[in-house]
Amino acid sequence: MNEEILIAAMARLITDPAQPPARHVAVGAASPIPAAACWLARHKGADLRLSLLHRPRGNPFTEGSRELFDLAGQGRIDLFFLGGGQIDGQANLNLLGTGEWPGRTVRFPGSFGSAFMYFMTPRTILFREEHTPRVLVPKVDMISAPGLSPPGIFRRGTAQALVTGKCVFAFDAARGRFRLASLHPGETAETIRAATGFTYDEDPATPETAPPSEADRALLRGPVCDEMLETYPEFCRRVWGRTGKEAA
Amino acid sequence: MSKLPLADLAARIPAGAMLALPPDNSLTAAEFARALVRAGARDLHLLGVPVSGYATDLLIGAGCVARVTTSAVTLGEAGLAPRFAAAVRAGTLAVTDATCPAIHTALQAAEKGVPFMPLRGVIGSDILAHRPDWKIIDNPFADGPDPLLLIPAIAPDFAAFHAVCADEAGNVYVGRRRELATIAHAARRVLVTVERIVPGNLLEDERMAAGTINGVYVEAVAVAARGAWPSALLDEYPADAAHLMDYAKLARSADGFATYLATHVLPDTARAA
Repeated sequence: MNEEILIAAMARLITDPAQPPARHVAVGAASPIPAAACWLARHKGADLRLSLLHRPRGNPFTEGSRELFDLAGQGRIDLFFLGGGQIDGQANLNLLGTGEWPGRTVRFPGSFGSAFMYFMTPRTILFREEHTPRVLVPKVDMISAPGLSPPGIFRRGTAQALVTGKCVFAFDAARGRFRLASLHPGETAETIRAATGFTYDEDPATPETAPPSEADRALLRGPVCDEMLETYPEFCRRVWGRTGKEAA
Repeated sequence: MSKLPLADLAARIPAGAMLALPPDNSLTAAEFARALVRAGARDLHLLGVPVSGYATDLLIGAGCVARVTTSAVTLGEAGLAPRFAAAVRAGTLAVTDATCPAIHTALQAAEKGVPFMPLRGVIGSDILAHRPDWKIIDNPFADGPDPLLLIPAIAPDFAAFHAVCADEAGNVYVGRRRELATIAHAARRVLVTVERIVPGNLLEDERMAAGTINGVYVEAVAVAARGAWPSALLDEYPADAAHLMDYAKLARSADGFATYLATHVLPDTARAA
């Protein structure tokens, strides 16, 4: 149930009182864990509006992704989620590929809206389940979206944190560095160091990522999964063993 | 608007044409793409609006495509687009990378008939470093320095998508996927496949009009039942996730892809009316 830990950790980041409020959160394509984290935060009482770009029925947009980007451009989306084939220590994202341009060694899907969204939302939570030196690199081969911009470039925010399958890193934009914030069960400072290609800050003692409470788990398997079944049937089957066709 | 057999609709796309296609989740013209493969389409320049999926991967694998301009090529939950990735590795496909809102912006400029439109963000991305056609200016309305990206208009030679229905006046119904209107407005020629032709005029129905694209933009329509398959079509039918998974698996190898073509694409299933 590693996914449930990631979802719970991400839900806490969404509702972190130290951050600017997330009144309107959008979730892009193929993002079941961020979507589940948003639903969990909502079912725990967070007052947030959720716009799921790929919801097949009741899609929030009547102009597709164009409307999502227009909303973000105006500053009407407070928090978005991004990932990357490579992520480096300055929170640069590479969704393009490795080797010679445009990815002659390994080609990733492409940048999607990252080169715009990363600038436009006050907060971004980075998510990549694979935590290995090939993903978390000292410097990305190509920049789809930069983590930091020089003064004078219009930008509302950058990464708040990076959630992986092994830990949570917080991002300090002023220093341009990640700090190890919590370790998922079974991980140690050493295992994270061995699996991470970039350097980051570390406190003498890093807490464990708090697992979801029993009440959280019940929400995840019940109402959160209900919301997710139509968009992410494969994920719901794998994580919660539900197909949506069970007897009510 | 003329109503054509599907094969005749596909035959309208000449070699070398720029063809705008929506992604898998927005009324993709999948059966039209299969008809293009059967028609032996060549040297196409595909524009993903704003990303590309199954139809683009299929056309690349079948050797119909010289260039792709897109923000991503993806099969969604079925994973990476295998024929696209293989063609990039082999160096047989030219790729012009973009970011989603830049493609929307380029089409919005074309629909307004202006040469370019500005877009925030993107500065510092390597996408920009590889786009000599994109320019940075200093915002002329700002009090201080404010670098801003300008995106030139794109008017694709063709756009193709799969709508629910066309009426007798040539209007087509796309429901809430009104971003397709932008593609239709911007493209020089628009070819549409539909599930069915309905009597009357959708624009005279107050409830249907907002989800309808005026036939003035539509050159020709062909009926292709389940024409978005294996993708979903609004509330008409859901995506066939198992088929997309099978495609993703087969298309990992050239041989597997050839098997897929022989099984699902080359036999004309004569869906068209």
